[in-house]
Amino acid sequence: MAPKAQKKPQGKQMAKSSAPHKPKNSAINASRLMKYSRARIFQRKAAYKVKKVKTPAKKSAEKAAAAAFVVKKIGGDKNGGERKVYKKTPKSLPTQVASRKVQLRPKKTFKKHVRRIRSNLAPGAVLILLAGRHKGKRVVLLKQLESGLLLVTGPRKLNGCPLRRVSQRYVIGTKTRIDISKVALPERLNDAYFRRQRSAKKSAASAGGSADIFAKSDAAYAVSAERREDQAAVDKALMGAIKASGDGPMLRSYLRSLFSIKSGQRPHAMVF
Amino acid sequence: MGKLDKFVQVGRVAFIANGADSGKVCAIAEIVDQNRVLIDGPCTGVRRQVCDMKRLHLTGFHLPLPHSSRTAVVRRKWLAAKLDERWTGTSWAKKLEARRLRASMTDFDRFRCARAKQIRNRIVSVAMGSLRKTSSAKLRKPNKKRHLRKA
Repeated sequence: MAPKAQKKPQGKQMAKSSAPHKPKNSAINASRLMKYSRARIFQRKAAYKVKKVKTPAKKSAEKAAAAAFVVKKIGGDKNGGERKVYKKTPKSLPTQVASRKVQLRPKKTFKKHVRRIRSNLAPGAVLILLAGRHKGKRVVLLKQLESGLLLVTGPRKLNGCPLRRVSQRYVIGTKTRIDISKVALPERLNDAYFRRQRSAKKSAASAGGSADIFAKSDAAYAVSAERREDQAAVDKALMGAIKASGDGPMLRSYLRSLFSIKSGQRPHAMVF
Repeated sequence: MGKLDKFVQVGRVAFIANGADSGKVCAIAEIVDQNRVLIDGPCTGVRRQVCDMKRLHLTGFHLPLPHSSRTAVVRRKWLAAKLDERWTGTSWAKKLEARRLRASMTDFDRFRCARAKQIRNRIVSVAMGSLRKTSSAKLRKPNKKRHLRKA
């Protein structure tokens, strides 16, 4: 812990402005045993020359004092118009300061998770969907979105599968590839675009509003104009790419057909 | 039990059924004992080694090899006998190749194969249908009362 602190640049004010220079301390082995001890590096850096600047009073103390009560407006005349509502003391106060555990590898939020993709899934690959509404359909992989889900499309013209997100777990990646380098995907196709829209009524009800909980659920899903537009654009480009690839007519009927396991076929022994 | 014409002898060409060299053919260069032989396949990538007879399947080919021939001699005799072409021409080798191709078919290949079969079968059935029609027309006796029969 100590060696790491030495490596950090001085937080205190320096007499002269200093450009970043080479660190005065260095590790001498892989487990980061430092060459100079804390006392020694204090000497080397001449940290005794640095004047300590008084840090301003902690703002949190002020905050705590200010937030001791909240001024609330109340109705009715002859009531004074407002009241100071004091904060209740917490039910339990800790008797010991909780020791901070050093997080050597802190828990990553979902956004920071590493998104991996199977090596045989590349843009332009034909995938077999194994679950969901479109199971059994052979679709074209367009790209991997930021959330890690795959963006696929039938094309919709061939098998009815629209621009859709799909998890790579429910997918077989085949060896068949279509060259989609010339297919320009609309910029707006991202996770937010495909996110499921919750009805406003329901969200109000959950927030504790006075919405009728027995009200009818929201109307059936209607395809938005921008979805139609994007689908048409992508389909057109993709059909062109399919036509241009070798064995175009066969590829078209291939994408139209459904996948199934026949008797005697063993998926673990099959090459896809 | 068929004809006892494939002997474990020096020069017999054998097919290796399992192990690292499975699927390759080699020649028997020497007999070690009841169960083991010394094999060598310089033209097929099989190193000279002692091999158990249980791993080998004897073929119908035989090279005129003197016993304990070194690899260079085996190679010379093999090339002279044109064994590579002769082996790949056998139905045994052809079946192996067909099996290998079938196993390596991708999903698209399987689809294409099924589609090709379907097209061929349709052509055949259409031709069959028309043949049946013409032959049945020939066989049927002209019945004058046919058209008077009530529907």
